[in-house]
Amino acid sequence: MTATTTVAAPAAPDEAAAPRAVGVRRRWTEHGLLFIAPFLLVYALFLIWPLASGVGMSLSSDNISGAGGEFIGFDNYAEALRDPNVWSSMWNTVWFTILSTVPLVLTGMVLALLAHHLRVVQWLWRLSWFAPFLLPSGVVGLLFLWVIFPSDFGFADQLLASFGLHPGIGWLTDERYAMLSIVLATVWWTVGFNFLLYLAALQSIPQHLYEAAELDGAGARQRLLRITLPMLRRTTGVVVVLQVLASLKIFDQVYIMTGGGPDASTRPILQYVYQAGFTGYRIGYASAVSYIFFALIVIVSLVQLRLSRRNGEESK
Amino acid sequence: MNQPSLDRRKALAGLGGLAAAGAVGFGAAGCAAPASATAGKTGLRYWHLFGGGDGVNMAALVDAFRKEHPDIDTEATQLQWGTPYYTKLAMAGAGGRAPDVAVLHLARLAGFGPGRLLDPFDLDRLADAGITPDRFPSDVWQRGAVDGKQYAIPLDTHPMVLYYNTEVCKKAGLLDGSGKLRSITGAAEFTDALRAAKKATGAPALTAETLGPDCITPWRLFATFYSQTGGTVLTEDGKGLALDDAKALKVLDYMATLTSEGLMVRRTDYPGAIGVFNGGKTAFHLNGEWEVSTFTNSKLPFSMTRVPALFGRPTAQADCHSFVLPHRKDRTGSASDEAAHTFVAWMLKHSVDWARGGHVPAYLPTLSDPDYLALQPQSAYRDVIDDVALDQPAWFAGSASPMWIELGAVFSGVLTGSRTPGGALREAKNRLRKLLDTRNPLGNGGAT
Repeated sequence: MTATTTVAAPAAPDEAAAPRAVGVRRRWTEHGLLFIAPFLLVYALFLIWPLASGVGMSLSSDNISGAGGEFIGFDNYAEALRDPNVWSSMWNTVWFTILSTVPLVLTGMVLALLAHHLRVVQWLWRLSWFAPFLLPSGVVGLLFLWVIFPSDFGFADQLLASFGLHPGIGWLTDERYAMLSIVLATVWWTVGFNFLLYLAALQSIPQHLYEAAELDGAGARQRLLRITLPMLRRTTGVVVVLQVLASLKIFDQVYIMTGGGPDASTRPILQYVYQAGFTGYRIGYASAVSYIFFALIVIVSLVQLRLSRRNGEESK
Repeated sequence: MNQPSLDRRKALAGLGGLAAAGAVGFGAAGCAAPASATAGKTGLRYWHLFGGGDGVNMAALVDAFRKEHPDIDTEATQLQWGTPYYTKLAMAGAGGRAPDVAVLHLARLAGFGPGRLLDPFDLDRLADAGITPDRFPSDVWQRGAVDGKQYAIPLDTHPMVLYYNTEVCKKAGLLDGSGKLRSITGAAEFTDALRAAKKATGAPALTAETLGPDCITPWRLFATFYSQTGGTVLTEDGKGLALDDAKALKVLDYMATLTSEGLMVRRTDYPGAIGVFNGGKTAFHLNGEWEVSTFTNSKLPFSMTRVPALFGRPTAQADCHSFVLPHRKDRTGSASDEAAHTFVAWMLKHSVDWARGGHVPAYLPTLSDPDYLALQPQSAYRDVIDDVALDQPAWFAGSASPMWIELGAVFSGVLTGSRTPGGALREAKNRLRKLLDTRNPLGNGGAT
């Protein structure tokens, strides 16, 4: 899929040329194949083949030593569906996605609106809101683990203390706060990407719309509600899809900051897959759990594709 | 347009160089061990998981071994403790390209596929070097055997011990004339001592890790006290649940009281617990003996002793570092196999230096070695070696095992107050049953 779009995109400089581009794409040529061969090879080697062999493993009692992998049918799947750990970590993943997506989309939009309208030192806003996104997850995890969230002497507690509060909150060690703390760190870390998408969208709204609206006597509030926000709808669709998928795949920051604890209260499904496979040595079972999760992601993507299509048609 | 293509070419050349360097590095690091050994020398590859003070001690020992054995080209690799280490060791053994000798926690042996992932030791060859079974505590030695073959040679025992701050304890009147902790017997006496210490400083008297990721100490505390009641968690063969409700509840109730009465710091992770004890106001710290170097280096006025017998017998939860021979296709009769036996025998005979890190040597002659006896406070708790409680042999037990991590999390709730003792016991039994119902993923070993 990716291959065809990247190849076709340059061939479609404007709307009128699009049908012709489709015609070109359908004609099968050796040259084209030659060009995409390296990609196809990598794609087959690192995606298709592992996907297929993963299905095979999930139907076996395969373990980390590679021996004794007998075919056991759907036993692993049956066990996974009965396993409370699968459900609790699945719920943690979904809960994290719900908790993080809303603020990430809204904050991204608000920050973009601010940066778009603040004409003074605009580069500074852009830089400061996007910069955290450039940090690797390890850096972010350790930063929050050792600097921001330690109880009593951490930055978060100190900040509250400067307002006369003495919280002593176990940000990452208390079951009540751990997930929220991870959400907080994730929002700070990744909001820059959504911000950038929104900023680009804002900058592509034609100026003449605003000028016309202004001539018709629309105030700033009306221009925001009647022009800006509707024009951002498609971007919001994209941002939500990307954000939900990214949030569902959460692993690194949890692994570093809480290790899934306390008592598995922040353990996402991917970490459970990791534990089942590498601590528990059960590769077959871990594969089955990961395919159940894969099914969830496919369903979510399909639903969103459906919704965004409908959105797209409405906005046309 | 010229500029970028030039860059690209440069980049490609660079990448090629990197790849070549990588390939060379790879060969040197692992795949071609015999080839990397200098001509006329036997290659010996050794994997271990010792970090911190233990890592420094082990590096010094390996260096000393190298000096005495110039004909053996010893290559020691330190890998990350815990799950990453065991994952790697299992995979290397499965491929038959494992190192010649490696370290394994003795309680993990049952789950490590002896016979398939591990090769047995040649006891005659070890006996020639003076390493015979009668020179080890028999329980510990026996744990290294599966189906009559010796798969693991114990190096040490690392039990849970009681660290005490000598100044605080003196103030609280807990020391005897010679400055040692007066003997404490029974839970009530220990509570009294904690109360006295708390009164003397105004701070909680005891600290140990109670929470955090992969938090294990709550399990260690439980396992220590519960073993003192005479109970076992699993049946002798490690195949069934043997948890005694009444005994377990007694222990869990006691653990809950420690924090609810404010005698023990309620919420602290591993580094936090060490930090609190290092702060100097806390009388006691319960942990493995391996933190001895931490407190020695921080110049804390402290000493350490065996965990008092609070519930009957003076036993303490423990595991043992042991040497194993990971499975190699080309092991039988090879020169590096002989070198591995030489290495293991040499290490055991030099375990005085290893004991500096707090571990109690398993090789009995060391325990009466004057050099070892001079090690203070390390040699003060050496008699614990007769009273160590290892996990029953099950594939999911032993250091950094699924059982430790799962039950550590459950019992953490008892200390922090988020679980009642009764609720924790029910949950612990549920999780144990689930582990028992799961087939040993590495097979039962032996046969294949």
